Amino acid sequence: MTFLARRLGFYLITAWVAITINFFIPRLMPGNPVDLVFNRIHHSISPAALHAFEVAFGVDTRQGLISQYFGYLGQILHGNLGISITYFPTPVSSVIRTALPWTLALVGVATVLSFIFGTLLGMLAATRRGTWVDALLPITSFLSAVPYFWLGLVFLTIFAVDLGWFPLSGGYDPTVSIAFNWTFISNAVDHAVLPAVTIIVSSIAGWLLGMRNVMMATLGEDYVLLAEAKGLRRSRVSFTYAARNAILPNMAGFALSLGFIVSGAILTEVVFSYPGVGYVLFQAVTNEDYPLMQGIFLMITILVLLANLLADIMYAALDPRTREAG
Amino acid sequence: MASMDVQLRSRGWLRNASRSPKVLVGFGILMFFVLLGVIGPHFVANPSATGPDAYASPSWAHWLGTTDTGQDVLSQLVNGTTASLIVGFVAAVIATLIAIAMGLLSAFLGGVWDEILSTITNVFLVLPALPLVIVLAGYLHGAGQVAVSVVIAVTAWPWTARILRAQTLSIRRRDYVQAARIAGESTTRIIWFEIVPNEIPLIAAQFLITVLYAILIQAGLAFLGVGSVTAWSWGTMLYWAQNASAFASGAWYWFVPPGLCLAFLGTGLALMNFGVDEIANPRLSSAKLKRVPRRRAATLALDPSAVSTSSGA
Repeated sequence: MTFLARRLGFYLITAWVAITINFFIPRLMPGNPVDLVFNRIHHSISPAALHAFEVAFGVDTRQGLISQYFGYLGQILHGNLGISITYFPTPVSSVIRTALPWTLALVGVATVLSFIFGTLLGMLAATRRGTWVDALLPITSFLSAVPYFWLGLVFLTIFAVDLGWFPLSGGYDPTVSIAFNWTFISNAVDHAVLPAVTIIVSSIAGWLLGMRNVMMATLGEDYVLLAEAKGLRRSRVSFTYAARNAILPNMAGFALSLGFIVSGAILTEVVFSYPGVGYVLFQAVTNEDYPLMQGIFLMITILVLLANLLADIMYAALDPRTREAG
Repeated sequence: MASMDVQLRSRGWLRNASRSPKVLVGFGILMFFVLLGVIGPHFVANPSATGPDAYASPSWAHWLGTTDTGQDVLSQLVNGTTASLIVGFVAAVIATLIAIAMGLLSAFLGGVWDEILSTITNVFLVLPALPLVIVLAGYLHGAGQVAVSVVIAVTAWPWTARILRAQTLSIRRRDYVQAARIAGESTTRIIWFEIVPNEIPLIAAQFLITVLYAILIQAGLAFLGVGSVTAWSWGTMLYWAQNASAFASGAWYWFVPPGLCLAFLGTGLALMNFGVDEIANPRLSSAKLKRVPRRRAATLALDPSAVSTSSGA
């Protein structure tokens, strides 16, 4: 349990760092982009919203930095991320709440599938060295260098425009109403296939290489030699003896690579105009919507931390050493 | 045994690297793009000049066709090369310097300082990079490439720092470092003459990966329209292609080349990284699986660099 408690403490520190970065960025950056936005909106905004904006960005205030900081922490703890300028006057938190389920479903499923396929292929690459499997390595290094969003554009051109197998953009047909029924779900899945395949193909290389390298170290261990000497079947040696131990470092990598995959998914959503957080972030960048940009950064950070915590719990369940050593 | 191994590695690694086919091919690809970026712009038309032929397919006049406003795609591609290279290398140099400082200090100071520096490293490792870079760069209105590089470097250093810390902890326990300490060498001298030279292959491998990372992040930023959308880069080209829905007009020649360039440059860097990594860490070689002599396998198993640099943890 100490292992999980320590991790939890670490994630709380990380969340605090993210909030603090969010607080200081607008105050320390050169020029006054926020002032410009402020002047643009302050006639058409209610006094309460105006005050929230002031607290969040430290515009037009006579308060000291420290009291500004605690005021800001209070707002964040109440879930108040300010008012979006793009979707004025919707609060940032509601904009994010609408977009979040799309991203969670898309990125969640794609990441888990990519991890499973990548790990299996990595095992294969380690155990079948010197065969055709070696050809996977140059292919994966090429794939890991391909930007997610570019692969998305190519898939879109081939499978949606030329072949017409999948819809061009969006998360569902505007003609279908959002409801928990077969029509809507099949429609949404249809829209999610291409973005999901893009994310899987782009992120698989990391798992593959990680698994291959750790697995090769594991294959040199004495207990694997012993298993071979006992005359066990090759598949049993590689699955039950080597892979079970090699998968742990790859699990730890899972947690750390998540931030990178989420970053790629943001760009993929833009290509497919997928109604998730990434697409909203793109709108925010285009409209210089600083409250929305910062709110999304914070939201994504907290979600990545939660996913990490989940991975840690799984890791602790799989590896007894974490439970006793702490 | 272990220290002899390390000495051999450090002295011969550059010579070994220049014989590795992976490193050579990767270096060739990199040099191709460097030349393209340096010499190329003198031979092509102005990338921003609009023309009468919109969406012209590749032809003798426009080798890679034209955009929706009749701009020459090849000119944009050639002019965009420098942005990727400059941002990639400047960001990677800054990030690697931060990483060396953090990793070595962490390993050498130990105790509370190690805890603090490691926590800072891990925090930056977990923070999702792209959203952070977007927020930072979003405030730098149309900032130059150096500013963008600095912002990218802020998120690019933690991997290397973590790996260097682990490697330093392992090296400082080895016999020749102990011997140097007993001989009365100062800590600074031990760091710069005993430890850093033995980490150079590792630093080089990580540096190459960081360049690749920075180039991809820069392309992502430009694609989102963060920073200047008029300064040509491969990401900017993709931004305009996406804005004009080039895919719907079948103008593949507009957005396929910049992505392929990114991928080939990235493959070149990754190949060099693999090559250097294999020299620093012979077990990763893809030669047919041979039984490593028992004792050597044991020393390698104690060496954290035997765990891959790409999966690290």
